[in-house]
Amino acid sequence: MQPGKRLTGKVAIVTGGASGIGAETARIFAVHGAMVMLTDANVALGESVVHDIVAAGGTAQFSQHDVRSEERWSSIVAATEASFGRLDILCNIAGISGRDPTLNIQTSLTAGPRLAEQTLEQWNLVMEINATGVFLGTKAAIPAMQRAGGGSIINISSICGIVGSHANAAYHASKGAVRIFSKAAAIQYAPDKIRVNSVHPGFVDTPMTKPGHSNPDVARKRLEVTPLGRFGTPADIAAGCLYLASDESSWVTGSELVIDGGMTAN
Amino acid sequence: MRLKGKVAIITGGAHGMGEAEARLFAKEGAAVVIADVLQKEGEAVAADISAGQGRATFMTTDVTSELAWDKLIATTIATYGKLDILVNNAGISGSSVGDELALAGWERLMAVNATSVFLGTTRAAAVMAKSGGGSIVNISSIMGFIGGADSHPGYSASKGAVRILTKTAAVRFGPSGVRVNSVHPGFLPPMLNNTNADGRASKVAVTPLRRLGEVMDVAYGVLYLASDEASFVTGTELVIDGGYIAQ
Repeated sequence: MQPGKRLTGKVAIVTGGASGIGAETARIFAVHGAMVMLTDANVALGESVVHDIVAAGGTAQFSQHDVRSEERWSSIVAATEASFGRLDILCNIAGISGRDPTLNIQTSLTAGPRLAEQTLEQWNLVMEINATGVFLGTKAAIPAMQRAGGGSIINISSICGIVGSHANAAYHASKGAVRIFSKAAAIQYAPDKIRVNSVHPGFVDTPMTKPGHSNPDVARKRLEVTPLGRFGTPADIAAGCLYLASDESSWVTGSELVIDGGMTAN
Repeated sequence: MRLKGKVAIITGGAHGMGEAEARLFAKEGAAVVIADVLQKEGEAVAADISAGQGRATFMTTDVTSELAWDKLIATTIATYGKLDILVNNAGISGSSVGDELALAGWERLMAVNATSVFLGTTRAAAVMAKSGGGSIVNISSIMGFIGGADSHPGYSASKGAVRILTKTAAVRFGPSGVRVNSVHPGFLPPMLNNTNADGRASKVAVTPLRRLGEVMDVAYGVLYLASDEASFVTGTELVIDGGYIAQ
């Protein structure tokens, strides 16, 4: 391994790679020598991140990806093995907030519909993308990682998978599902040296949180409950993913890495 | 180098996990003060690091003594100009204190494993706050989460104390830029010194990744929390246990 490069020779799939935490994680993985299959539903943005990674001397390809499609997962894992020879790392980052576009976040402290007003369709959409997508991705990656002799799966949950709030209950439920699904998967595939861990970001500045954080009242209240007194950056979360992806964490599985500026310790 | 220009104190740095952390930190560019009661072993580690182009010094330190902490921190700042990182790694096992139900054993475990962390965390945080921040890493254990049939009640209590003391300190010192996190190792050979081969095999059998931990497994986690890569991480529990408490 080259000094300073912690993922040399490894192959990673990063979902939700077109923006925010996913884009930064894909970039940092590539900087550390990984070959990255970057996937996202947004083709134009995803291709532009891949273009930037390649221009900076990294190795990456883009695949359009609806994480709810089991068929699409199979073809992306197959394409990754065909292009890069193996699969070592899967970073399940794709997710949605479930924000109701009819609610005005600029005047409200909650981004989602309250429980009694939530439709089954809204609930199902959040669960399908945030939780079912992680199940399908993990399921598709396991045979490839068994062929590679092991691997590391990193599932992005949230502090909303640990504590409750006024935000969308479906979002909380989906992130709680990711938290405990990761532990079940960790136990089942530890004998195959496949590690599965969850990452729990707090309030991070990303395109997903921008509508909320651009409301000064929302931003102030969120900063007040964050002991470190700032919002996280995508790089803060990507660095945690790098630790869990690399062999430095080869005895870490079923763990929850909380990166929240101290919010849930309070 | 991930700790370039940083100054770190590592307690219990004369052997085992602490020694691995000291060597890794020095390799990553930190100046390291090894604090331990084991003078001969600690001086040897510091000399070895210095011979290999790293920066390290040793200070005989009883972590249960408030005076010793004052001296350790003052000497570190006199020698290296500041303090960025403290790893509270010093600790003793339940089996080292004998009778599990004797008060003396409980008090000894609490003093070495928990009171030391209180003293070190509060004194170091005060100094770090003045210089704009820092990172404190407290070594707890999986026994800070779960009850183990073989675990001394005082050992478990001391590690649980470290876990929640860490969160209190994180909330209190966060606004000063001081991060405080706990690390929770599972079954490692240094902790199983008094365990025979059958005992070790039984620990491997209950660890999902089917091996005991190695000191470097813990040292890399401590490095992550100590470095600026974890600058938004505080009050967090990093479990490094091969999956043991996930089941």
